[in-house]
Amino acid sequence: MLTLQCPYCGVQADETELSAGGEAHLTRHGPGSTEDEFHDYLFTRENPRGVHFERWRHTYGCGKWFHAARDTQTLEVFGTYKAQCTEPPKELRDAITAKRPGWTWREFS
Amino acid sequence: MSKRLPTHGRLIDRSKRIGFTFNGKSLAGHPGDTLASALLANDQMMVGRSFKYHRPRGVVASGPEEPNALVNMGQGREFEPNQRATTTELFDGLISRSQNHWPSLEFDIGGINKHLSRFLPAGFYYKMFMYPRAFWKHVYEPFIRQSAGLGQAPRDRDADTYEHFNTFTDVLVIGGGVAGLQAAKAAAQGGARVLLMEQTAHWGGRAPVDGGTVDGAPVERYIDQTLTELKAMDNVTLRLRCMGAGVYDHGYVLGYERLGDHLPGAEGPRHRLWRVRAKQIITTTGAIERPLSFAGNDVPGVMLASAMRDYVVNHGVAAGQRIVIATNNDDAYLTAICLKEAGLDVLRILDARDSGGGPLMNAARALGIRIDCGRAIAKVGGGRRVKKVQICAQDGLGGALEEIACDAVAMSGGWSPVVHLWSHCGGKLTWDADQAHFRPDPDRPPTGADGAGFVRAAGAANGYMSLEDVLADATKTGISAAKAAGFKPKRGTTPKAEPTLQAPLEPVWLMPRDAHAGLRSKSWLDFQNDVKVSDVQLAAREGFESVEHTKRYTTLGMATDQGKLSNINGLAILSDALGQPIPATGTTTFRPPYTPISMGAIAGEARGEVFQPVRRTPMHDWNAANGADWEPVGQWRRPYAYVRSGETVHDAVMREVTNTRSNLGLLDASTLGKIIVKGPDAGKFLDMLYTNMMSTLKPGRCRYGLMCSENGFLIDDGVVARIDDDTFLCHTTTGGAEHIHAHMEEWLQTEWWDWQVYVANVTEQYAQIAVVGPNARQVLEKLGGMDVSRESLPFMAWADGRIGGFDCRVYRISFSGELSFEIAVPASQGLAFWTALHEAGQEFGVMPYGTECLHILRAEKGFIMIGDETDGTVIPQDLGLNWAISKKKDDYLGKRAQARSHMTDPTRWKLVGLQTEDGSVLPDGAYAIAAGRNANGQRNTQGRVTSTYHSPTLGRGIAMGLVLNGPDRMGETLEFPGTDGTLYKARIVDPVFYDKDGEKQNV
Repeated sequence: MLTLQCPYCGVQADETELSAGGEAHLTRHGPGSTEDEFHDYLFTRENPRGVHFERWRHTYGCGKWFHAARDTQTLEVFGTYKAQCTEPPKELRDAITAKRPGWTWREFS
Repeated sequence: MSKRLPTHGRLIDRSKRIGFTFNGKSLAGHPGDTLASALLANDQMMVGRSFKYHRPRGVVASGPEEPNALVNMGQGREFEPNQRATTTELFDGLISRSQNHWPSLEFDIGGINKHLSRFLPAGFYYKMFMYPRAFWKHVYEPFIRQSAGLGQAPRDRDADTYEHFNTFTDVLVIGGGVAGLQAAKAAAQGGARVLLMEQTAHWGGRAPVDGGTVDGAPVERYIDQTLTELKAMDNVTLRLRCMGAGVYDHGYVLGYERLGDHLPGAEGPRHRLWRVRAKQIITTTGAIERPLSFAGNDVPGVMLASAMRDYVVNHGVAAGQRIVIATNNDDAYLTAICLKEAGLDVLRILDARDSGGGPLMNAARALGIRIDCGRAIAKVGGGRRVKKVQICAQDGLGGALEEIACDAVAMSGGWSPVVHLWSHCGGKLTWDADQAHFRPDPDRPPTGADGAGFVRAAGAANGYMSLEDVLADATKTGISAAKAAGFKPKRGTTPKAEPTLQAPLEPVWLMPRDAHAGLRSKSWLDFQNDVKVSDVQLAAREGFESVEHTKRYTTLGMATDQGKLSNINGLAILSDALGQPIPATGTTTFRPPYTPISMGAIAGEARGEVFQPVRRTPMHDWNAANGADWEPVGQWRRPYAYVRSGETVHDAVMREVTNTRSNLGLLDASTLGKIIVKGPDAGKFLDMLYTNMMSTLKPGRCRYGLMCSENGFLIDDGVVARIDDDTFLCHTTTGGAEHIHAHMEEWLQTEWWDWQVYVANVTEQYAQIAVVGPNARQVLEKLGGMDVSRESLPFMAWADGRIGGFDCRVYRISFSGELSFEIAVPASQGLAFWTALHEAGQEFGVMPYGTECLHILRAEKGFIMIGDETDGTVIPQDLGLNWAISKKKDDYLGKRAQARSHMTDPTRWKLVGLQTEDGSVLPDGAYAIAAGRNANGQRNTQGRVTSTYHSPTLGRGIAMGLVLNGPDRMGETLEFPGTDGTLYKARIVDPVFYDKDGEKQNV
């Protein structure tokens, strides 16, 4: 059972107070998008063994959505950050690089 | 025979006798006995029959690894199956029964299976029970159910209570042997808060049995002193009878404390589930002795050498009088010496090693015990108990050199560290060739949130087998754990144990090494699941190379003991058969719990009324007092119907429908979701959420709307009321309030976070009552206060006002097709307003109505219901709801998806009405069949029933369904086979069965 720190209220939350929300930083494709774009937006997901960015909600706490960067293999949590962004913050990416040189995830590294 | 000795028995109180029963037989033991030791003291060597072949089985071990001695405990509401006799503390009046036999333990019909064993090989389920197909249901399954299985399922409600306990600690130490005590002390002296759990009722583990000296005194002194010190420390919590059951992500641990198992009738919970968050975990879980694989190693009286020693030292019980010992290591000599000193006959020690053992062997020889090196057991003779052993050379096929009459056999195949808890959360193992076991690899521990290891093993669990090494390792580990938990411990002192010299073990995986087939097919690996050496070898020959596959094919290690005894022996046999080293084969996955824990402990307090919260509307008690037949809807309880005395539920529903259509019905609609959406961008937001245009809605007006998920499927519907320019109130379905609110929050927080909108779920702030029927307006006018005329409050309008003195918000909306007002009042006023409506409505024929009436009313009108007409694969276009989908909007959630090829496929099933020819009611969910059969030989289908009722208004069955090209096939007849064998025929009709022009609601 994971623990993640909610970046809004600061609580080191137990997994039982959180809801998982799948992959982070998806770009919404609506009307006007191609079949492939829309298909990928709906269905294509990363399945990494290692660095991953996920959406979580502090459902039974402050109710806020946030993002978490963690290692799916070692369960190490690199950091959590607010959901109102379109890419992982640079400091966090640098921190991950320090621990996992050469990591990549989608277009990020 | 097994019996009580006049000497030894450090744990029992010989001054007291306590009575218990086994299979109805009255027996006696002493306080401090386990059920296993007490059974052995009464010469009950046979305690059960095996799972598959129903072979007689006796006690093999002395701890939680016991595979055979499983019993049904207690009776009635205290009944519990599959309890290990070796971990069951004896108490006065204990009732136990052996399992898996019929009609009796001594005479068992299923025992015939052992003669069929060559027809029941590995994977026999897969091989034997395939064909003919019809045999499965009538022959094979009843046979398997009759003959397999362990204990019986309890019939009665559990009389006991259980609880959960949440706690945090810096260092959790699991296992209260000398390693655990020493590690706990070292960590606690370093300043850490320490929780120490021990699964048995005693501290010190095996050390008092194995002996040895610490700092010049017997090890018992060290244990007592350390305990005294730990008890005096404020930062230490000690729990006996508390097993570390599982280690999970980020330092979460479940502990299983058995508070009341040994104290029947005591106050308080029977079990407590500890939910621990630990910064660091030390597993000092010790090691388990391995059996040796020789023919007949499962006959009652064959026991682990260490267990035989345990029963003598701890309980003063001899497992036999004339004993043969087989070993591949020095530890078994401790047993030989112990038995000899207890006055028992040790007939022979068969040491598989050509060169024998070290100083312990010499000590045994000095006591006059005959030791044969390079010798093995070819075969144990005897059925229900050991009668003799045949001796052979270890290096050979098993030709008997000699036969000895004896009544017990002690076996030792070496020791395996208990690595389960280390492995639960991903800790890796390394193969220790010298000691022939897997032990934790300190470089690959399970890692926590910070990326560092959070579990460390110490003592025997870490592969250290001598007291001297155990204490040193435990001290070091306790200090390092405290450090890792953020403390700055000083260098600890390690108590000094007298070193012991042991000759190296020689791995023996089969006895004798090249045992012939007849012996191998009687050499058990997994006692509980009846897996033999020959089964694993067969699996390997049949191509099962992966250990995980072999496990599932042979069921090796899949019983309730999870292969605590069989694991390494099985891996070794498989590796040998595959011609590869053991580490290349690897282990199967260790999964929690370490030993089975009770379902009661998992449930804790969450049972009966507190299993989950029940949501009650303000009118709940009134509903209950007026005949409500409850229907759970989410966590709400809604009246399905209000049943009067002398009525069936069906009668009540019919009465409610007729009355609502002809007089006046009241519905408690408080459970409907009510969500406020407010802000300058509220209209823009709702335009994205609903398929139709909400931003153009005028304040004071209502509009029905549909919500879809991003992949186009209909997820909720309801009426939206515009309160003012930047405020909307969205009604959702009863079950949808929470997740639609969450859906709104998700899009606002994660996609459109720059939009100025707030949402609030106010479902429970209002009581809502639907006042429905031709007399609806009259009752409101009688109560008086606000103008509810057709002109002032037309259909799909809403207004605030007062009715009968209550502050009301009145929505002129209808889900029934009748003249209808849905009236919201503050929740605190709900019951009073409801009561006032009932009193005022008497002269208008008022009756409350429930959810089933609501369903029939809406079905008569062809209104869809989320969850009936939708199932997560249905889009609004399937339901003829194109009128509620805006063509003007560029975008809404689901719009792009609804343009995908599958969504625009003209052959999607579409909503129609269905009417049986004879007026009967179609079965719910029935499929309409089409010509031909599919690839699986099933009838092709062309539609299905989504809602079906008897309509009292029309006096016949009505239904809705989704049908291929349905709207274009009006008047066609479809066939629906029922599960009762009846073929129902129904005509495709318009889904609006009643008042198509809406004359009744627009008055």
